[in-house]
Amino acid sequence: MNRQAIHGWLLLLPAAALLALFTHWPVAATIWASFHATPRSSHPAPWVGLENYQVMWADEVFWKSLANNLWYALATVPVSIALALVMALWVNGAMRGRTWLRMAFFTPTILPMIAVANIWLFFYTPQYGLLEQLTGALGIASHNWLGSPDTALACVSIVAIWKEAGFFMIFYLAALQSIPPSLAEAAALEGASRFYYFRRVVFPLLAPTTLFVLVNAVINSFRLVDHIVVMTRGGPNNATSLLLFHIYQVGFSFWDTAYASALTVVLLAILGTVALVQFLLVERRVHYQ
Amino acid sequence: MKKMWRWMAAAFAAAGLAAMADTEVTFYYPVAVGGPITKIIDGYVEQFQKENPGITVKPVYSGTYQDSIVKALTAHKGGTPPTTAILLSTDMFTLIDEDAIVPFNELATSAEDMAWIKSFYPAFMANSQTGGKTWGIPFQRSTIVLYWNKELFKEAGLDPNRAPANWDEMLAYAQKLTRRDASGNATQWGVQIPSSGFPYWLFQGLTTPNGVELMNAAGTETYFDKPQVIEALQFWTDLGRKHKVMPAGVVEWGTTPKDFFEKKVAMMWTTTGNLTNVKSNAKFDFGVAMLPAKVRRGSPTGGGNFYVFKKAPKDQQLAAVKFAKWMTQPERAAQWGIDTGYVAVRPDAWKTAKMEEYVKGFPVAAVARDQLEFSVAEFSTHDNQHVTKVLNDGIQAALTGAKTPEQAMKDAQAEAMRILRSYK
Amino acid sequence: MRKLETVAAWVLGALWILPLAYAFWTAFHPPEFSTRLALAAPLTLDNFHRAWDAAPFARYFVNSFLLVTMVLAAQLVLCTLAAYAFARFEFPGKPVAFALVLVQLMIMPDVLIVENYRTLGRLGILDSIPAIGLPYMASAFGIFLLRQTFKTIPRELDEAARVEGAGPLEVLWRVYVPLARPVYLAFGLVSVSYHWNNFLWPLIVTSSVTSRPVTVGLQVFSSGDQGIDWSVITAATLMTSAPLLLAFLLFQRQFVQSFLRAGIR
Repeated sequence: MNRQAIHGWLLLLPAAALLALFTHWPVAATIWASFHATPRSSHPAPWVGLENYQVMWADEVFWKSLANNLWYALATVPVSIALALVMALWVNGAMRGRTWLRMAFFTPTILPMIAVANIWLFFYTPQYGLLEQLTGALGIASHNWLGSPDTALACVSIVAIWKEAGFFMIFYLAALQSIPPSLAEAAALEGASRFYYFRRVVFPLLAPTTLFVLVNAVINSFRLVDHIVVMTRGGPNNATSLLLFHIYQVGFSFWDTAYASALTVVLLAILGTVALVQFLLVERRVHYQ
Repeated sequence: MKKMWRWMAAAFAAAGLAAMADTEVTFYYPVAVGGPITKIIDGYVEQFQKENPGITVKPVYSGTYQDSIVKALTAHKGGTPPTTAILLSTDMFTLIDEDAIVPFNELATSAEDMAWIKSFYPAFMANSQTGGKTWGIPFQRSTIVLYWNKELFKEAGLDPNRAPANWDEMLAYAQKLTRRDASGNATQWGVQIPSSGFPYWLFQGLTTPNGVELMNAAGTETYFDKPQVIEALQFWTDLGRKHKVMPAGVVEWGTTPKDFFEKKVAMMWTTTGNLTNVKSNAKFDFGVAMLPAKVRRGSPTGGGNFYVFKKAPKDQQLAAVKFAKWMTQPERAAQWGIDTGYVAVRPDAWKTAKMEEYVKGFPVAAVARDQLEFSVAEFSTHDNQHVTKVLNDGIQAALTGAKTPEQAMKDAQAEAMRILRSYK
Repeated sequence: MRKLETVAAWVLGALWILPLAYAFWTAFHPPEFSTRLALAAPLTLDNFHRAWDAAPFARYFVNSFLLVTMVLAAQLVLCTLAAYAFARFEFPGKPVAFALVLVQLMIMPDVLIVENYRTLGRLGILDSIPAIGLPYMASAFGIFLLRQTFKTIPRELDEAARVEGAGPLEVLWRVYVPLARPVYLAFGLVSVSYHWNNFLWPLIVTSSVTSRPVTVGLQVFSSGDQGIDWSVITAATLMTSAPLLLAFLLFQRQFVQSFLRAGIR
């Protein structure tokens, strides 16, 4: 290797070492551990082949968590992206009170999810929470929003949307600001309506941003479970249990680390699929200026 | 020559410092009831340190009981466990299985120590001893009691000084006490039995009066599908879904006392540990009673014990035992009971002057203690967190209508037996 | 039509700020008014005092501060070096190495909690602040961002510095780093807010007060077994969010600009 190559590797080494230790090695180790049983006391972990996966197949809570996570992603991702786009359009346009609006939309992003969860927990409290007071004023019956399996997941999704939409708004804002105003002028000259201009010009130009935001949102819907820990602990009766939360519970409450590894493998597979889809999409459908 | 003196001085100083170094005891404690608990604990720690120079206690507030067991075990597995912790009495089997704790018999060996271990109420020792050894020392223990709002009773035409004595009465009273507004929404509920967090405990307040136990003493078998258990769950579910005297679905543990203070509910089931909290915050006359009977009276015990961790150095362990002994002296146990509402854990604490005076002025403080006669061990098995979760999920499934009580309990039983398979 | 849109935007903005505004209300008023919006209610700082006394928040803040500083410092060094390597050097295995780096963009340490916990256990540093930060110090996001930026810097500047006899590290320090300052600022803000707000991993890795960051401290403090006193909990919640919130309100434009830059491209 020539000098350049050696220098290159040396520069890369510290970061590469940490990445290997805390990302690549754990991925491999997790897969390896999922084929063993949880070690008890000082005995080494025995090989059990696919047993953990068989347990997973029969585990009601796992399927519930997986289904919940998919519904949760389905609810939070499109809604937060759509809201983010609308917010960005409003803040970007010549609307009155823009700065205030931008602050209102972006502030939830700055808060720790734990803080957000506490605030919303208070908001949802049966009978005294603000939501209850509002619905009470409208004559709707008191409801235990977080305590009912029917509404708990929706409530938790709303919390995530509240936190994330402002964050995605910023990316759309950046993209909107990089669209040359001449395009808008040209469209106006041609007599195109605002909506037509948006649909045919702006939205396609936002495609790379939309892809970026989409991938981020999907990853976040699997990665962020702080609010579950604080608001519902997966309840009632697993109605809000998400995959990472189930992993946390199995791994650090039941201490069944081998099964937790198997569950993590599923999560890694999902994230890997997202990565693959993103990679393929980038090659095909995104329109660059 | 000068150099030698300097070295000797340094050596003496170092030796002196080493001798003066305190034995440090880290102490995890949860808070499960309202009130300025952290302040109280800090006060006790300060006094203990004054009376015991040479021991420093570092109290670490560790959240709920569930948070605390996770933290303690995480620390233990990381090699740096706390010296002692107050954890649920039901975590005993799990802690033993993880080889995390050491029995008090090994550390408290003098005759005085043995007398100390024997001085607690037997009901509390049920979850503290197994295999002939004592693994936990009771500290903040409780039973479930029924609090009732005397004003609301009077308004509903009920005798304000008489609590419901059995299930039928409780249902009848609750029906009288439930008020609705013009559109049919409840403005005041008859009764609330919380079902969030640890519904299994409240459930034992129904199964015990129905004459059935949920597990065996060795923690290797569960009995969720016994008919009396299902009957108890049916009753609980019906309160909310059929008779509508209780909010349907899951009732929050944390907000139930506040509901009581705000007169949104007339009767509530909660720990006696909330007694002082209720006393300070209820702006009305209230009563405390034992849980209503079915075929008998009954309640589970609850709360936390002192445990000493194995991986801590021996001198710290002994210091921790000293601390536990000090915290459970009759005077202190009485004071703790007065400050919180937890049941003072030993009979002689109730005979101290302060406690007798307190009970005279506030008779309801003795209700939980009197209930000890009818109390049973709290639900506890091996792999406790997992099995308890299975039971909790089943209870919540029934209460929310996702499953019938029978189906919920049958499924829970099957799952629990699968988990406990390897412990038989 | 426009008017309608403005109204809709304002309504959404109001709805959006509502939960936070409610939290402010509850935190600054005595408990009796926590659920009743009486306009004449007295303001009080008592809740904040009680929250501050109830848990060692001072220590938690110090821990969080140390954590984000440590992580950011390490990230700046490691990611700069790695990005420089990817941007300006040729070495065998470079495309594979880069692909491996990108893996962390998808599979963050957050999801590998079980195994990372075990690794830190073996290293014997559990329950310490470095333990929280270590898995994040090599940030794929940082490497990616800086690589992009370094690639846009004209090679002439690089060559000019070399002509003067500078070695590769000196070129990095004198040419590349100063020109990438805005990106560093952007990345710094993203990193600080991410790690200040991180919760699940610190929850698992820490068990004592000396290493607990403010997010875990808040959760331990407000866990619901006790009678929930919302006035104190909202006060504590606002306290923990305060540093970032204040910074944001004061430096709104820079914050937004930096998040913008940190994004796509």
